Amino acid sequence: MLQTISLFAPQLVLAFFASQLLSTGAFAKKDISVGVRYFAVGVLVLYAVIGFLLGQPTGTAFKGALIVDSYSHYMNFFLGMSAAAALMFSKSFFQTEKLDRFEFSVLVLYCTLGMSIMVSANTLLALYIGIEMQSLALYVMAAFNRDSLRASESGLKYFVLGALSSGLLLYGASLIYGFTGSLEFARIAQVITADGATPGIIAGMVFLLCGLAFKISAAPFHMWTPDVYEGSPTPVTGFFAAAPKFAAMALIARLLVGPFGDITTQWQQVIIVLAVLSMFVGAIGALTQTNIKRLMAYSSIANMGYALVALSAGTQAGVKGMLIFMSIYTITVIGIFACILQMRIRNGMVEQISDLAGLSKTNRGLAIVLTIFMFSVMGIPPLLGFFGKFFAFVPAMEAGLAWLVVIALVASVIGAFYYLRLVKIMWGDENEQEFVQAPKTLRGLAVITALLIFPLLLLPMISIPAQSLISQAAASLF
Amino acid sequence: MLTVISFYLLAFVAVAAAFMVVAARNPVHSVMYLILTFFSAAGLFILMGAEFLALLLVMVYVGAVAVLFLFVVMMLDVDFVEMKQGFLSYLPIGALVAIVLLLEMLMVGAAYVAGETKTVVVRETGVSNLEAFGQVLYTDYAGIFEAAGFVLLVAMIGAIVLTLRDRDGVRKQDATAQMARTKETGMEMVDIEPGQGIG
Repeated sequence: MLQTISLFAPQLVLAFFASQLLSTGAFAKKDISVGVRYFAVGVLVLYAVIGFLLGQPTGTAFKGALIVDSYSHYMNFFLGMSAAAALMFSKSFFQTEKLDRFEFSVLVLYCTLGMSIMVSANTLLALYIGIEMQSLALYVMAAFNRDSLRASESGLKYFVLGALSSGLLLYGASLIYGFTGSLEFARIAQVITADGATPGIIAGMVFLLCGLAFKISAAPFHMWTPDVYEGSPTPVTGFFAAAPKFAAMALIARLLVGPFGDITTQWQQVIIVLAVLSMFVGAIGALTQTNIKRLMAYSSIANMGYALVALSAGTQAGVKGMLIFMSIYTITVIGIFACILQMRIRNGMVEQISDLAGLSKTNRGLAIVLTIFMFSVMGIPPLLGFFGKFFAFVPAMEAGLAWLVVIALVASVIGAFYYLRLVKIMWGDENEQEFVQAPKTLRGLAVITALLIFPLLLLPMISIPAQSLISQAAASLF
Repeated sequence: MLTVISFYLLAFVAVAAAFMVVAARNPVHSVMYLILTFFSAAGLFILMGAEFLALLLVMVYVGAVAVLFLFVVMMLDVDFVEMKQGFLSYLPIGALVAIVLLLEMLMVGAAYVAGETKTVVVRETGVSNLEAFGQVLYTDYAGIFEAAGFVLLVAMIGAIVLTLRDRDGVRKQDATAQMARTKETGMEMVDIEPGQGIG
């Protein structure tokens, strides 16, 4: 009992405080959304570090339904921190748009609880419950601006397609249960080792992967992404692009090397198809976009492709590469959205890329920070984005998938065009329009993440422990 | 023999009723056919010895979901007749997709039948389904059960966040205030002179 509590301290912290904040907010006489937000940020940080404070306990609980290992500790840390950052940068947006309600913070907490169940899932049932908890909170957050037609549309679209993907996922799970006789990952792996890849198991696995591909918006399951990114309130889009993607990717990695570890050749094809399609749909689709949120949507599709390239190697180095790539991508995305949220003129938010014209003259600081991020996602060497792609592509190379790496590099070059276009608009074009002074939290977040991307994480006293942490996390899956 | 006859009867009714759900012109009839489909499926469950699931299906889907559908259909002012116009013209392409899916499932099923059989769940003798559920629901599956509760809570929060509006000028019933009324606050003694009236 006590062991279970110490293992699941992160989830318990989230569940307990989320419910406390919910009832406090519901019975409060006046609006307490500001206090709830700060408290929720504190809870998320506590959730992120508590696994490390307790000395990284490992084991399973609830009869093997959930597993806690170095992998889930690392993921909890990253998910908690990125959710906390997203919650912080939502503050000024919701306050100026007069949308601020305490339920938003509570939903972020429940969403993170769902994600933490996803990354510790050890049975198909826990996997489904985690995904559903996370997705339900996300649907509501997408439509949080309920008086806006576009937000409601994006919420509804996300909900309908999410329900469809849950259907695919459940169908796959039921096939796997039917053919292996168990929901537990360990038992499924045993049966697959004994029987080999029967058609039923492969069919189930493909359906399961399709359902999960929806969640990471890998092509050809990416249709919802641009519309939902564009329609949702901007801080929610920033949240979407960071933590939930990472959680779903981590879950895919756990599935692939855990229960399906013995049929690598079978799932490798699926992952490679998803990766190639995502990279090209993302790179080519982004070329014609004029809205920066849509651009980010296509950029995230392409980046999911790169992360899948790392996973397609099917090795421990591949999982490590995926973790490094996704960690750096998450930091970058949070920084970029902290910048996008600063795009506010006197009449309200603007989202067009052309609105950035002449930014180097009107707001030099923002222009420099955004340029750093753009060069980082492109993968220009001294910036962290380069190392992300490096660690993602090398394992695929070692696994004999050189052609896939070549395709990935071609896609990166195509993608570099629209990032460079953004830089050119900021530094080259003329425009009279000036953004209003952004609040301190946003500027602070943008600068902190830019520093993280730029030189800070390369310092040996940070990069060596971080690398060993990630290697340990990847090793705990095998 | 009786089992086989009832299986085919129930299965036929289920498929036919499911077809009628999409084919019926009147939406209320559609919901009625949906209820019939659920009942037939429940019958199939009983034939398989899963009486608890059958009861659950009837209670949850017929008792709650289908009735909710009926309410929605009757309350929404949607011209379903117009919406369904030409709906059956999609039948050929729908049938094609259905046949492809059926063939795929048959293939998977055939591969399964060709292989050795496996028992999915080891059934203890002398334990009813309900007891079997009870033995694991709050023990082995306690964590998942609680998490499922949180999923429902999130759905509830979502429904409230997206639809509840505080409108001004609406008189709300405050039960505590009602209960806290005393003789002094709720009643005023007026001494009226004879022949004067009030006011």
